[in-house]
Amino acid sequence: MIEINNINKSFESKQILMDINGTFEKGIPNLIIGSSGTGKSVLLKCIVGLILPDTGTVNYDGREFTHASRTLKTEIRREIGMLFQGSALFDSKNVEQNVMFPLDVLTKIPLDEKLDRVNFCLKRVGLENTNKLMPSELSGGMQKRVGIARAIVNNSNYLFCDEPNSGLDPQTAILIDELIQEITVEFDITTIVVTHDMNSVMGIGEKIMFMYKGRKLWEGNKKDITHSGVPELDDFVFANKVMKSLKKQ
Amino acid sequence: MKTIGKYFIFLGQLFVRRETFSTYFHLVMEECIQIGINSIFLVALVATFMGAVTTVQTAYNLVSPLIPNYIIATVVRDMTILELAPTIIGIIYAGKVGSSMAGGLGTMRITEQIDALEVMGINSASYLVLPKIIASLLMYPMLVILAGVLSILGGAMAGTVTGIITPADYKYGIQYIFVEYMVEFALIKSYVFAFLIASISSFKGYYTTGGALEVGKASTRAVTDSIIAILIADYLLAEMLLTS
Ligand SMILES: Nc1ncnc2c1ncn2[C@@H]1O[C@H](COP(=O)(O)OP(=O)(O)O)[C@@H](O)[C@H]1O
Ligand SMILES: [Mg+2]
Repeated sequence: MIEINNINKSFESKQILMDINGTFEKGIPNLIIGSSGTGKSVLLKCIVGLILPDTGTVNYDGREFTHASRTLKTEIRREIGMLFQGSALFDSKNVEQNVMFPLDVLTKIPLDEKLDRVNFCLKRVGLENTNKLMPSELSGGMQKRVGIARAIVNNSNYLFCDEPNSGLDPQTAILIDELIQEITVEFDITTIVVTHDMNSVMGIGEKIMFMYKGRKLWEGNKKDITHSGVPELDDFVFANKVMKSLKKQ
Repeated sequence: MKTIGKYFIFLGQLFVRRETFSTYFHLVMEECIQIGINSIFLVALVATFMGAVTTVQTAYNLVSPLIPNYIIATVVRDMTILELAPTIIGIIYAGKVGSSMAGGLGTMRITEQIDALEVMGINSASYLVLPKIIASLLMYPMLVILAGVLSILGGAMAGTVTGIITPADYKYGIQYIFVEYMVEFALIKSYVFAFLIASISSFKGYYTTGGALEVGKASTRAVTDSIIAILIADYLLAEMLLTS
């Protein structure tokens, strides 16, 4: 479980995050939703420590991360896997080297064990026998899968995904969402998914935090999202015609 | 001014929280190969022609019967070692290697590959940039030596083919009043230039923000800023080391 308290962040006098609190539970996908530019990525980067928040704390299962000592930070970092918006695969390395990379830098286990672990993870994301392909030879969906494999290869306890289905066709997007959900349940990890895609929300939204212009406006699950009573959330949810027609019924 | 401050902070960052020696060893080797592939052909081509052109032009300017022919070779040698090899090749190197360093790092930045390294707890600046600087310090002086040799050989070729100077005179000329300190000076310059080009180009690439357009701009800025730094350093080093 991850807890965040009083997160504030400004960039050059422009406040991006305003007093965000929340908990993210283990074993289910936790979604952070909201339209573009509301600070979802900045919040995620504050949680994983890529950006230092101006105030606030982030607790990983009771361990305070933001102001932790370097040793503790390193220890927690070993348990973090992250899938980036554009996959962020290292383009000079092939699939196998990409997935093995966290093991190379974070562990001292022997090569054959590393290879076993890499092949296990590649198989889990449905990409057997792609070991020697380069990232540029993969489709967008396959790149995301490699990104997921790389994020979980070190037996991560925490998985962060920033817009995991951006740039994918709707069918592939759903497959990636489902993969993230399955992995979360199967390995019992704490997963945070940032998205603005209503399909993801209705598919895997067990626990949802809605953000609007740097504030958290609502929290709940996919059953309650259609009758939250929050006008900004209604605008977000019913932006699309299909959802609108559902509301009328 | 703010940029210069940021540059020095960036340099400081390279030396904290480093990875293991063997990690760097592999990265440095990869960079050396990359630099070699990127630059050796162009450097060789430019150096050979530089020597040839200098020979022909010096001969054209020295028409006095009082000056012996072998002086042409002496002039080619001095110009090559003092200025042409370290400085002109530096400009070529900034254009080829510097721009590719900035472009590579810029792409890694905008595609979040640098963030991916940071999430794993790696000091990305040190991991990505230090090997580039070390590889430059290893490779650039070698390229300068190669360029010096080829320039002098290019001069010999041009001199012989055009009949300006006989091989024997040329050989005598390049050994005539040879000051060894010139070679030392050229090597000092090449270490300084190698460091400047690699670090400035990396700095420009590492702090790219935005998209593909900005990566292109960062590459261009890397080349222009490196060249300006080389020219300033060239002048300062000449002041410091040649006048006494
Ligand atoms: N490093 C940064 N420096 C300055 N402003 C930033 C930075 N990162 C993000 N922002 C700004 O923060 C706001 C929220 O961005 P972001 O979190 O990426 O939105 P999204 O919800 O679409 O992920 C945007 O207005 C963006 O311009
Ligand atoms: Mg975003």
